[in-house]
Amino acid sequence: MQENIIEIKNLTKKFKDFTAVDDITFDVKKGEIFAFLGPNGAGKTTTIKMLTTLTHPTSGTISINGFDPTKQQEQARASFGIVFQDPSLDDDLTAYENLNLHGMLYGVKIKDRRERIKQLMSFVELWDRKDDFVKHFSGGMKRRLEIARGFLHHPKVLFLDEPTIGLDPQTRNHIWEYLKKMNKEEGTTVFLTTHYMEEADKVSDRIAIIDHGKIIAQGTSEDLKKQTQKNSLEDAFLALTGEEIREEVVKNQAMSGRARAWRR
Amino acid sequence: MIAIYTLWVREIKKYFRSKSRIVGSLGQPLLFLVALGFGLGPIFKAAGQGDYIQFLVPGIISMSILFLAIFSGISVIWDRQFGFLKETLVAPVPRWQIMLGRTLGGATVALLQGVIVFLISFLIGFHLQSAGLLALAFVFMFLIALLFTALGTGIASILEDMHGFQLIMNFLVMPIFFLSGALFPLKGLPKVLETIVRFNPLAYGVDGLRGTLGGVAQFGLFNDFCILLVVVVVFISIGSYLFSKIQV
Repeated sequence: MQENIIEIKNLTKKFKDFTAVDDITFDVKKGEIFAFLGPNGAGKTTTIKMLTTLTHPTSGTISINGFDPTKQQEQARASFGIVFQDPSLDDDLTAYENLNLHGMLYGVKIKDRRERIKQLMSFVELWDRKDDFVKHFSGGMKRRLEIARGFLHHPKVLFLDEPTIGLDPQTRNHIWEYLKKMNKEEGTTVFLTTHYMEEADKVSDRIAIIDHGKIIAQGTSEDLKKQTQKNSLEDAFLALTGEEIREEVVKNQAMSGRARAWRR
Repeated sequence: MIAIYTLWVREIKKYFRSKSRIVGSLGQPLLFLVALGFGLGPIFKAAGQGDYIQFLVPGIISMSILFLAIFSGISVIWDRQFGFLKETLVAPVPRWQIMLGRTLGGATVALLQGVIVFLISFLIGFHLQSAGLLALAFVFMFLIALLFTALGTGIASILEDMHGFQLIMNFLVMPIFFLSGALFPLKGLPKVLETIVRFNPLAYGVDGLRGTLGGVAQFGLFNDFCILLVVVVVFISIGSYLFSKIQV
């Protein structure tokens, strides 16, 4: 029996009259690649924000690496790395400076920091561009740099919120290769969301599907296919969540201004 | 502590890299110095108030610090929009340290800008009456810078986007500048206006700077210093509270 690195119990997040996350309970095991799937507006990003101390839950408990992100914020924050859905680099700094700043904020000692930055930037094939300003980088390069940054402080868990969105197939493949390799070599648990079912199928050990704020299925990709009697994860996903297009916009209008900004 | 230093360095680096920003923000104070200094100078003299340039320079230095400081503080909104803010919000560092680092960095930048305006003012005929209080003049400049960077950071922590920026400029920053005694002497003002000026922290900054650069401090240097210091502490405390409450 593997140890759990993340434990979520009865987690709920309400924005005024709208429940974004509704009483979800699940665990992520140490060292696995865990895919958190769901249609737009299902509650994925809100869940990640609660796990990463950016938003407070309305109720329920979370444990990350044994820490409660609502009470032991700093220990919880030191335990994870995150690649956000939107870019979060400083465009006016160079690639190296962005990573160095991250290392300093996370208290990585100078010797380790230098080695680690070189190792990770070479790993994502950006070492020769280290002194370029990030504003000159393409979307794919920024993403790779953010992945390197996410691993910099030796986190126990790396969260990735739709890391391959809007990227070409070459970059997407590379990104999954990096993640699988780091997961294997350093044992970092990977928690990801994506809309590319094929990719989720290929990389993840276990999957949870969330819809309308509730976990509606979890297990390995095989479990989900068996459960729905479908051949691909995409078909299984559609069988579970329905074919209907989600009207996220309507829901957004019902939310307060602040909540709207969260969900973007 | 390393977090404070890290964010301080970031502000300084960004300042020196944006040459156009440095030059651009010198335009306004220069225009004020030249147009008002030479334009109103004769009237000021005729009214028996002495050399207007001598009077005006501390006010314009304060103005350039005020604008740059507020703008540095407001940059939290840019970072929110471009995503970098989140990177600092998930770092395993207390939020007040992040806020303090940013504020110290922004204030240092605003101070540098004030020093540049100070040096330029010699070109248009400003002269230092006593060099003895120069160090104290820089202290006043830094206090003004800190105060308004903290204010800007606090405001930006509540705002979600740049839409409110115009509102802040027109209903907060401009009144703070115009009602500070930067451009005209505070003696003989209508009672209402005088009361407003008394509640304007920049008035004490301008007064302190004027006192240390060779003019007369109307409120007294000691009072100026104490009032500024108290307001700085209050604004930094409120600012870091608001900053720590940011949810993205």
